[in-house]
Amino acid sequence: MDLFTIVFYFLAIITLGAGAVVVFSRNIIHAAFALLFAFFGVAGLYVLLMADFIAITQLMIYVGGILVLVLFGVMLTSQVLDVQMKSGTIQTFPAVLVVSALAGTLVGIFWSTPWKTTAAAPMEVTAAKIGEMLLTSYLLPFEIASVVLLAALIGAALIARREKNA
Amino acid sequence: MSQETILQFSTAILLLPLFGFLVLIFFNKRLPRQGDWLGTGILFLCLLLSVIVLAGKLGSYHDEVLQYKFTWVDWGNVPGVGPLKLELGLMVDNLVAIMLVVVTIVSSLVHLFSIGYMHGDVRYGRYFAYLGVFTFSMLGIVVTNNFFMMYVSWELVGLSSYLLIGHWFEKKSASDAAKKAFVVNRIGDIGMFTGIMILFANFHTFTFDDIFAAMQSGAIPFGSEPWLTAAGILIFAGAVGKSAQFPLHVWLPDAMEGPTPVSALIHAATMVAAGVYLVARTFTMMTADALIVIAYIGAITAFISATIAIAQNDIKKVLAYSTISQLGYMVMGLGVGAFTAGFFHLTTHAMFKAGLFLGSGSVIHAMHHALHHAGDHHTDPQDIRFMGGLKSKMPITFWTFLMFTLAISGVPFTSGFLSKDEILAGTLAFSNLNGHPIIPIIGFLVAGLTAFYMFRIVILAFLGEHKDPHRIQEIHESPLTMTVPLMVFAALSFFAFYSFNPFGASSGWFYAAVPRPASVVPGTVAAPGVEAFDEALHHSHSLAMILSLAVAGIGILAAFGTYYWKKISADAIADRLKLLHGFLMNKWYFDELYEATAVNGTKGLAKAYAWFDNRVIDGVVNGVGSWTRALTLGTSRNWEEGSLGAVFYKSISAGLSLYIGWLVTSALMSPDPTFGQIVWNGVLGLATAGLTFFLFYVGVGGFDNKIVDGLVNAVAYLAGFFGLISRRLQTGKVQTYLVFVILGVMVFFLWFR
Amino acid sequence: MAQEFIQWLSHPGLNHFLIISGILFSFGIFAVLTRRNAILVLMGIELILNAANINFIAFSRYGTGTLDGQVIAIFVIILAAAEAAIALAIVLNIYQNFNTVNVDELNQLRD
Repeated sequence: MDLFTIVFYFLAIITLGAGAVVVFSRNIIHAAFALLFAFFGVAGLYVLLMADFIAITQLMIYVGGILVLVLFGVMLTSQVLDVQMKSGTIQTFPAVLVVSALAGTLVGIFWSTPWKTTAAAPMEVTAAKIGEMLLTSYLLPFEIASVVLLAALIGAALIARREKNA
Repeated sequence: MSQETILQFSTAILLLPLFGFLVLIFFNKRLPRQGDWLGTGILFLCLLLSVIVLAGKLGSYHDEVLQYKFTWVDWGNVPGVGPLKLELGLMVDNLVAIMLVVVTIVSSLVHLFSIGYMHGDVRYGRYFAYLGVFTFSMLGIVVTNNFFMMYVSWELVGLSSYLLIGHWFEKKSASDAAKKAFVVNRIGDIGMFTGIMILFANFHTFTFDDIFAAMQSGAIPFGSEPWLTAAGILIFAGAVGKSAQFPLHVWLPDAMEGPTPVSALIHAATMVAAGVYLVARTFTMMTADALIVIAYIGAITAFISATIAIAQNDIKKVLAYSTISQLGYMVMGLGVGAFTAGFFHLTTHAMFKAGLFLGSGSVIHAMHHALHHAGDHHTDPQDIRFMGGLKSKMPITFWTFLMFTLAISGVPFTSGFLSKDEILAGTLAFSNLNGHPIIPIIGFLVAGLTAFYMFRIVILAFLGEHKDPHRIQEIHESPLTMTVPLMVFAALSFFAFYSFNPFGASSGWFYAAVPRPASVVPGTVAAPGVEAFDEALHHSHSLAMILSLAVAGIGILAAFGTYYWKKISADAIADRLKLLHGFLMNKWYFDELYEATAVNGTKGLAKAYAWFDNRVIDGVVNGVGSWTRALTLGTSRNWEEGSLGAVFYKSISAGLSLYIGWLVTSALMSPDPTFGQIVWNGVLGLATAGLTFFLFYVGVGGFDNKIVDGLVNAVAYLAGFFGLISRRLQTGKVQTYLVFVILGVMVFFLWFR
Repeated sequence: MAQEFIQWLSHPGLNHFLIISGILFSFGIFAVLTRRNAILVLMGIELILNAANINFIAFSRYGTGTLDGQVIAIFVIILAAAEAAIALAIVLNIYQNFNTVNVDELNQLRD
């Protein structure tokens, strides 16, 4: 049992446990905070996979941006002290069947497939290389992504705006 | 000054007014003062350039023709015609240079005058835009070196005259006059177009030089001299329309409905001059016969309109008929071979006629305001019977008007005397050479009549006492923008600008600049040459001068005797010659005559066409329609059973079906058939015939209804059936669809593992 | 067999990451399928995207040895951010109009 294994299982438990809370909790606030831990766990997994830049990005955008957005959404759409906070579920039983089948299939395949792997490369700083790739081979998608972000920015502002005469 | 500079300046002169038009027509509302300064400024710039061009042309290239050519379209080697291309270009010879100055000087002063005259008009800016395009069109006629561009500009002149005459289109008379001018001009233009096409069909070029050079080398249209004469006369027909010659002169008096400065522009420089210019330009290709026709048309026009002018009371109408008469003079001058004199008269006449119109505009403007001030809205401000005694109130207008009148009457020391005298001498020379004594007689008669009716206006409008003095108390001189052009024109009506010898223009620069061109038509049909004509002219010169002075003097004296000293009573004469007076007053009943013949004739023809269209063409169309219906719907639904159409249709379709059956049978027959084959083929043929007849009977529509629709309906039914089944699966819930997706993905996983 | 399994467990590699991502993915799907509240549906979608990202990065690390997977992960994150902003805006708008964010009650467009 080396450190890597211990950390891996620690993060896996955090991620999956928090994910389970997100999915099964009836309290929307609990779910939102569990999501925070899930994101942290995933970020840790990224670090284990030597993707330090992605891990930082994960923290900045998911935790710093998306999660805050989700919390705002929760606050703005639910009467906090109301029963509404306890969000119900529907069709639970058929969903459990379908999802366990799916999970079984996925895990089975992931486990049993003899993946062709290469030896893990030594740890290196990825940010510089990613930046270079973004501006060379992935330049066009990168630019398009910026346009998509701009469109999303404007669109979100436009949609969320309270219309006077609506 | 190089040739290129002159050509570039000419191009600038041509295009600047167009630029002004484009700016003004779109932006006149946005510009300060609605852009009148822009149009006027551009025209004065053009005037400056024109003067430079004239000076440069006469100074440095006196006897050369400057040309700039380019190929617009090259059709290559056209089958049956040979190499064909369309060359366009500009040309500057002395004729063009002089015309440029004439057009721009009149147009610029008219612009200036309009600033005062049109002040406060509803469409002030648009008016200036139209003046610009009018000038552009006229300049286009002048500077081009080919019939093609000339014809385009010619039609543009027609269009812009339509726009300007109809400027006050709220008045029905104005819009009618605009239409009349346009339509009447079109009649002449058809002739011109035909003439140009005769030339193009034979010479495959529109360029003047090339056409005339081809003629010089002996080529004539269709190899026949009558065709050459016809081409000349047809092109002259265009001039008849634009220059208001008999019998197409009727539009011009009505065109007085436009604003008075426009009348000045039309009458002096732009529109009517175009016709005369056209004749001058094509003079070299006119045969003797064509020239005689031209001379007679001119003489008749001059005479008819001079007589009409005597009996008119509207100041602008008198001037209008005087213009027609003077144009007749020019055309007559060109027709008799006095080329230079005719063109010279165009130039001098442009100056004093523009002045006369602007002067009358000044009078009308003043009268209008005075009458308006006096609260009188019924008196016509243009009627000379209600004027009188304006001399002291409007001194500048009076003195300039008098100057123009002296010029048009042919009093010595004026420009009019110079040019008129030369034309009259030309007619005398012509009749010495060719006969036709009626032409000089008309010439002198008209000279006298002109002096008479022009002084009639001066006396009635300016001299004497007004009948009702308090009504014109408020009358006063027009503003400076209106009087300055008058004074300029008055100055230009002196002889000194054209020749230093007051009794002979032939020593002046003008005669040196515009000599009569040598004819290019074959000698057998050409008019007497320049030498013979000049010889005859020399002999008739003194006689012409004495006679013209005499008739002018008689005319002026008669006018004073009748209207100033009242020795002769005009009313008594009018009473005595009631019939004649009415005849003249009603302009020889030309309008009525045209109404009865051309207008009603056209209307009758239109009715005949309408009848033909309704009955014959519609009948054919409807017949085709009902047979097509029969083919699509079948007999049963198109005609009543037993009707003639049904029987007809059935018998034809039966015959056709049998024929098709026969065709099928005979196609199937082998060369040496057995009995069984014959029977079998016959049965097949009969079946085909029967099927065909059935199709005819139910029609294509029946086939469509029964068979095609049946198939379509079956497909639709099946689609609906499957739709009913699959609808069960469509819950409209996104979760359901997601489950289907997951199941699908799982199937893929398990399938491909 | 059991020995092998313990051996496998104690040496985390590509398979381990993939299995975690698969389970996380299933959690996300379950949230999308069963949750009535639109915001919780959104959270499920975020979980799905995170699972996908783990896959990308794991393959990038153990499979190709190049960084392409990480770049794709960045694009996924970008799209997730855009998607979250737009989706929450829509949710807010729906809430203003219908006073509820429960997806099963929003059936005005049906039939």
